[in-house]
Amino acid sequence: MSNAVLHVADVHKSFGGLRALSDIDLQVMEGTTHAIIGPNGAGKSTLLNVCIGRIAPDTGAVVFDGQVITGKRPHEINQMGVVRVFQTPEIFPDLTLLQNVMVPAFAKRDGSFRLNALQLTSRQSAIREEAEHWLEDVGLYKQRETLAASLSRGDKRRLELAMGLVQHPRLLLLDEPTAGMSRHDTNATIDLLKKFKERGMTKVIIEHDMHVVFSLADRVTVLAQGRIIADGKPDEVRGNPVVQEAYLGGAH
Amino acid sequence: MAMLRNDLVLLAVFALVVLAMPLWLGPIGAAYPDLMQKIAIYGIFAIGFNILFGMTGYLSFGHAAFLGVGSYAAVWSFKLLTMSVIPAVIFAVVIAGIFAAAIGFISLRRSGIYFSILTLAFAQMSYNLAYSVLTPITNGETGLQLALDDPRVLDRALSTGGPGIPAPSLFGEQLVGLSGFYFCAVLLILCFFLAMRIDRSPFGMMLKAIKSNQTRMAYTGFNTKPYTLAAFIISGMYAGLAGGLLAATDPLAGAERMQWTASGEVVLMTILGGVGTLVGPVVGAGVIKYFENIFSAFHEAKLHEAFSFMPDGLENFFVAITAPFVGEGWHLTLGIVFMLIVIFLPGGLMEGVRRLRTAFTRKPAAREETGKFAPAE
Repeated sequence: MSNAVLHVADVHKSFGGLRALSDIDLQVMEGTTHAIIGPNGAGKSTLLNVCIGRIAPDTGAVVFDGQVITGKRPHEINQMGVVRVFQTPEIFPDLTLLQNVMVPAFAKRDGSFRLNALQLTSRQSAIREEAEHWLEDVGLYKQRETLAASLSRGDKRRLELAMGLVQHPRLLLLDEPTAGMSRHDTNATIDLLKKFKERGMTKVIIEHDMHVVFSLADRVTVLAQGRIIADGKPDEVRGNPVVQEAYLGGAH
Repeated sequence: MAMLRNDLVLLAVFALVVLAMPLWLGPIGAAYPDLMQKIAIYGIFAIGFNILFGMTGYLSFGHAAFLGVGSYAAVWSFKLLTMSVIPAVIFAVVIAGIFAAAIGFISLRRSGIYFSILTLAFAQMSYNLAYSVLTPITNGETGLQLALDDPRVLDRALSTGGPGIPAPSLFGEQLVGLSGFYFCAVLLILCFFLAMRIDRSPFGMMLKAIKSNQTRMAYTGFNTKPYTLAAFIISGMYAGLAGGLLAATDPLAGAERMQWTASGEVVLMTILGGVGTLVGPVVGAGVIKYFENIFSAFHEAKLHEAFSFMPDGLENFFVAITAPFVGEGWHLTLGIVFMLIVIFLPGGLMEGVRRLRTAFTRKPAAREETGKFAPAE
């Protein structure tokens, strides 16, 4: 737990006149779960988008595993081991659940492009078993042959979690993974994510649900109006008066 | 998961139906080689088009350009090398593939309607160039034809030349009449098999995932451009093969083959038969070519014959109202059929087949089942 897997170094980003991120300097340590919290519009999702190459920062850089990933293309960042689970579920609605999880498994095994047009998918049993295993873990195994479009929003999130986990990411970025889930499903997701903590997967998690944050996080960073206003262990942050005023005491 | 045995059955049935066309097309008056050849050739064109449009979701409005390029390449092979169709067909496929690589590389920088417009622009450019600047290669309006004094270096070296202009041949056998049809039919079956293998491959799964959510593919670690470009080139090569076969069965290549109406026709074929299905595009090609050749040949005397069982007044009445739909008016019939299918069977004729099958086996469709269980938020 000594070296930083992800280093967001002095990142600024504005949209028009609006400063979405300013002076963001953040280190995520290997094997930890790092929560980013903050009121709506604090810049949390923008920060994740900068990390996966969806948005280019105006200044500053994002360093993953000693390499600058700013400016790299999204598929290159993914192939390095940075995987993101989106806030609004991003799945393949016209494919079955099993295919939805097999596609990222192929990306992990075969890289960003492979012209395997004459192989049979039905003979790819290793990939299929791996995908089935993850569908079982998120509780969607029974529906594996249905089309993903027919899932509820909460189930789509769980499907997307399986799509992320099947790639065995070195760094998993989760954007409100339990939003829209029932309390029961939220707890199941927390248990699942805890399992990966034991296996040493590094995670960055954006979350509104304080129950989720305090059950999972080793470290919490609080954003407000694009700035880091607090950073520390969950208990320290909870007791910080600045945070309480900006966030916990606000809308919540 | 795709089942291997089901696929073999599908392939066998498809092969049987195609090879038996002279038998079952007889009763509907379409069993003449020229028409059956056209159905097989346009079937190949539509299968290839579906690999791009049906699997990957990119609607090209310029695929006729590759058909034309394939035809020119094949005729040049006849003129310069030999009358054997094998090198002609290979040249047609390879050169169409090179063209598709260049046009695809540029057009695939955009998606959706902008991609369609770019392909349309490229095809119209090719069409106009064939009439103007490229006349030395295309022979302009007259079209590229064979001539007595063509070099045909391979044929002359083997001194297999008789008097007159020879016909395209396969291993010495002239490709006329039924043998021409069977040559095209065998290639259609091979092309169908290849499309089926692509559909069932991991590569095919990635194409469908791109169609479903291309942005997600990038964040899943895929570089989508080579996938879409490969699909574009493969479908361009299918079109080139179709163009080469058009030249092999009738060694004349004209620029009108590249016009936008020809590009639109293959879109209609694919939608009519069923986008994204394996068999649909071939069915669509068959229906459109049938209408084009059979309905357009109907004339009033035939209609009088058909309604002759009625009393005179009624006969004339029925002839009068059906006459605009046949002969020159066949486009009207085709248009109405097309509208009815798009409105009532958005999945094309293959969706009709699927609905009939579920109605008869009384198995509720899987899609309806899953819809019911999806809980509301």
